Amino acid sequence: MYPGYIFSHILGASAPVGLKAGKIVISANAGHAIYAGKKCHKNFFNAAWENSQTPMAMGELLNRRGVKSLYVLSLNYAAGKQMVTGVERTFKGDIIGKDLVPLNHKDWSAELAKVKAAKPDGVFVFYPGSWGPAFFTQYGQAGLDKTIPLYNVFSIDGANLPIFQKRKMKHLLGTFNTNFWAPDLDNAVNKRFVKDFAKHYKGQIPAHYAAQAYDSLMLIDAGVRAAGGDAKNTDAVRKGMEKADFDSVRGRIKFGRNHFPIQNFYSRQIINKGGKWQLSLRETVLEDHAPVMSGECKL
Amino acid sequence: MNYVLLAEQFFNGFQLGIILFLVAAGLTLIFGIMDLVNLAHGTLYMFGAFFASTFVALTDSMVLGMIIAIPAMLAAGILLEVTILRTLYERNHLDQVLATFGMILFFNELFLIAWGPEGTGINLPPYLTGMVTLPGGIAVPEYRMVIIASGLLIALFLYLLVSKTRIGMLIRAGASNREMVGALGINIKLLFTLVFGLGAVLAGFAGLIITPITQAESGMGESVLILAFVVIVIGGIGSIKGAFIAAMLTGIIDTMGRSFIDVALLQIMDTVAAETAGPAISSMMIYILMAVILAIKPSGLFPPKGA
Repeated sequence: MYPGYIFSHILGASAPVGLKAGKIVISANAGHAIYAGKKCHKNFFNAAWENSQTPMAMGELLNRRGVKSLYVLSLNYAAGKQMVTGVERTFKGDIIGKDLVPLNHKDWSAELAKVKAAKPDGVFVFYPGSWGPAFFTQYGQAGLDKTIPLYNVFSIDGANLPIFQKRKMKHLLGTFNTNFWAPDLDNAVNKRFVKDFAKHYKGQIPAHYAAQAYDSLMLIDAGVRAAGGDAKNTDAVRKGMEKADFDSVRGRIKFGRNHFPIQNFYSRQIINKGGKWQLSLRETVLEDHAPVMSGECKL
Repeated sequence: MNYVLLAEQFFNGFQLGIILFLVAAGLTLIFGIMDLVNLAHGTLYMFGAFFASTFVALTDSMVLGMIIAIPAMLAAGILLEVTILRTLYERNHLDQVLATFGMILFFNELFLIAWGPEGTGINLPPYLTGMVTLPGGIAVPEYRMVIIASGLLIALFLYLLVSKTRIGMLIRAGASNREMVGALGINIKLLFTLVFGLGAVLAGFAGLIITPITQAESGMGESVLILAFVVIVIGGIGSIKGAFIAAMLTGIIDTMGRSFIDVALLQIMDTVAAETAGPAISSMMIYILMAVILAIKPSGLFPPKGA
């Protein structure tokens, strides 16, 4: 069994090795579109989402919030492009500018000058991990935080929110993102998960990465249980995983034919609650949503 | 054509050029005078960023923290030269590449262990967070203007040092004919240590001055290192003047490419093709520039005399 994977292009390059060897591959984050469609595989499971789903939810949120013109900023690699495809699929207004920067890019002076000149109603960004702090700092320095609202996917999360707070980036308070999960999602498993996580990690609120990893582990557990503890019996483990008979932090989890979850997507807002910045659930944007390319899967 | 945007992008390109110049100036001296291929020059840039972040956090003042980081960079540069790089001068370029590449891996991992993947940063003081508005409504962030001004001051200082002082004369002589300088009784060992220390300070200054914009993180030096090599190849190895002009060219062409290539491509092809080709071509621009210049002037724009 090969569980893990953060980056989509790394998944794309390495998953075939595990699959060819007859092993079960589980992505706990990377949601490369190709595995939800054409290249779906009986031994491939994704316990997170397909890349374009979260930005599709964002496109829908932008429609609801009355955004008519949008500038899109992302990274030039597999997931970065699929994020852009997602928001383009559901956003009904005009996309008046778009820049995909290389992965080694950390200075957005040229792109931010273009955004300022284009005067959109909103800016959509996908700058995960260490791109986030650099980009949002520069967004504030360019004075854009006062004029153009920021909307992001996977750029501000539970893992880097404490960094943003430590660096006093107040212009991020009140901004929206979309996600399949939120720390205050109302179900018993999630409440216990968030509480125990905070207890174990000195008060830290878990990020969606932790939630996905929790579900990935529970998924493996469900599979091995169904196989009567015989983890080597791949067929029995897979059948157990397909049933996904466990309590998820999402409330319930249901897999489609392509082994991607069919799930809700929510909007979340960054708030300051009792001196601690956190992501708070706002509304359900997409309900029981399956990856759009699921039909291409011939399993 | 939007002239305000064009002017703003010119400033952005100029500012990128300044950073590239600071890194390339040291690299070109070390390569040109000491004949040392120092891949770890980007590591010195990272040193500057982390030293300054640490001192700024300790002193609670951006200016003070950055000033303290400069002698720290000199000390770090001299320490590295005396302990590691000195042993490499007699070796061939491949050994030097291998050893300095090892230094990159070592220090990136060390900084990763010490600061974590999220790295660290410097918050700008309130008096530097505003915008400078120039005639015609051109607005440039104040801090980017600070970078441009400080870079130009350093360029002036380097010009005076290299062309008007005795040490500068030795540096120029070393770039033209290293063996002859040694044969004339100049303490070449000391000269090398000083040149390396100077290179470390320049790269470190570039790293510390950019940190309030890009943040400090492990591995930040490598992307700037590649650009700095492009700059010194275009400018002519060993030439400070060449490094300055090539850095400005590279910075401005790179920024203009990122700004206007996609718009330009839309005139000649459809949206999908332009969107795919745009980022690819704009990241190739400076390499195309390098190829063209190498084809016309194989030793760069301003090769040192006699080299």
